[in-house]
Amino acid sequence: MPKANVNSNHSAIWHKTVVYGIVSVMLLPILATLVYSLSSSWGATILPDGFTLDWYGQLLSDPRFLAAFGRSLLICSASLALSAILVIPAIFVVFYYFPKLDKLMNLLILLPFAVPPVVSSVGLLQLYADSAWPIVGTPWILIGTYFTIALPFMYRAIANSFSAIHLNDLMDAAHLLGASTFQAFWLIVLPNLKKGLLASLFLSFSFLLGEFVFANLLVGTRYETLQIYLYNMRQTSGHFTSALVMTYFLFVFLLTWLASRFSAKPAAISE
Amino acid sequence: MTSSVINTQPRLRQQTKVKWLKLLKPGLCLLPFAVFFYLFQLAPMLWVVVNSFLVEQSWSLDHYHEIFNSSFIQQGFRNSLWLATWSSVIGLAIAVLLVSSLRRINSKIRDGVIAFTNMSSNFAGVPLAFAFIIILGVNGALTLLLKQYGLIDSFNLYGQWGLLAMYVYFQIPLAVLLLYPAFDALKDDWQDAAALLGASSWQYWRRIALPVLSPALLGTLIILIANAIGAYASVYALTSGNYNVVTVRIASLVSGDLFLEPNLAAAISMVLMLILAFITLINQWLIARSYHAKS
Repeated sequence: MPKANVNSNHSAIWHKTVVYGIVSVMLLPILATLVYSLSSSWGATILPDGFTLDWYGQLLSDPRFLAAFGRSLLICSASLALSAILVIPAIFVVFYYFPKLDKLMNLLILLPFAVPPVVSSVGLLQLYADSAWPIVGTPWILIGTYFTIALPFMYRAIANSFSAIHLNDLMDAAHLLGASTFQAFWLIVLPNLKKGLLASLFLSFSFLLGEFVFANLLVGTRYETLQIYLYNMRQTSGHFTSALVMTYFLFVFLLTWLASRFSAKPAAISE
Repeated sequence: MTSSVINTQPRLRQQTKVKWLKLLKPGLCLLPFAVFFYLFQLAPMLWVVVNSFLVEQSWSLDHYHEIFNSSFIQQGFRNSLWLATWSSVIGLAIAVLLVSSLRRINSKIRDGVIAFTNMSSNFAGVPLAFAFIIILGVNGALTLLLKQYGLIDSFNLYGQWGLLAMYVYFQIPLAVLLLYPAFDALKDDWQDAAALLGASSWQYWRRIALPVLSPALLGTLIILIANAIGAYASVYALTSGNYNVVTVRIASLVSGDLFLEPNLAAAISMVLMLILAFITLINQWLIARSYHAKS
């Protein structure tokens, strides 16, 4: 027995070293950005000279930043609202009326993963630049493309909630009690999806906020979103951009935290 | 009801007609989804496929010829594949190490690390490039530290090694999140059983754990490779589009200031997609031959 103890002690130390080692390397860029954003100047030395909150003050009083942030929030909210409106009824119809279509849908939602955004942009630019529907350079095209980016995550999350609720039994019960299909969907099914939906919405929000490829190629400075603003600020002070990155990251942190709060509960029940 | 034998033909037909009408309304609910999906996902893809074969409105393979004759475009493919392969392999190896150790430590720390990984998977693209400039740029803290201890003479963040470091960084969280559930397949007793039978830790990993995990490892590897080949924001932000990878080539042909050649960009995109499809096929073949398929 003592030998086994020594062994497990050794392996416990090994596992801790591995985990802490890798996590600290992963933390390094984030911490460095944080320190940089808080330091008054950090030239050709290993440690900064002094600390200040000026960069955050400068950032938060920059109307261009506030405008870009507002635009990003607006576009992300709009595209997620659009996704929810399109995806939820579609999944309901698929699960309730055409269960066989689920396989096809699972294949289709892989496409936004499989086709890199740069490739999609090639087609999007040509189709919507000088056509009858010239939406390139406007926020509209971003709302449409962000729908495709969010689709795989939203579809999977909502479809999982659907498979968890015994849809057919619920609908039959509601019908028996005199509800129309629409009423049953609105009053019974939708409230049951709330948690899965909210978790997937916050999660999608956090990575849509970081989307750069479509924003840069399809719209660019004509409708400056947060990521484009960040990129355009690259020539200014590194401290300023660090404060910008940290503000953005704080927001993402908040969103992922909200997402995990909503998704943690069902997981705990299933365990 | 349709399976009953007494149904006469006309009644059956009437029934199917009623059934169709009943399904028409729900079918219409699918329409908005289908329209948007077509407009923003399928139509652009179709445009790329068709126009890669078009030169001045007529069918031709000229764009593909151009790719095979242009060393510049081929260099882009080579760089992309080099970065994708190595960043995926290294990222996967680090993730395996991390996940296998994660499963052996206290669950509170484990949950914290998973939450952190979840978050850091969002630390990609432009913000990540900026963070790398701060720590590994010419005057970056880490560059200076390593220089002071004489470990490096200089570090060029804007070349292949700097890019590889950044790629590995954004591959690790993705690999961890994909692999973590797969490690459920390994029972804790197995290692003890193997040890009782005299196997070393290395033998356990080589003969038992890795074969069991191989489908998950291969599946993760393919997603990592696709992720790296498609990456654009981070390279573009780090090098302002000066490093030649295939996504930067494609983007510069459709959105640069001069020499716009969308059809050539479409052909390059097609080659890129073919390479991805080819890698996926090999991967599927390997998975089919692996441990789980045999048992």
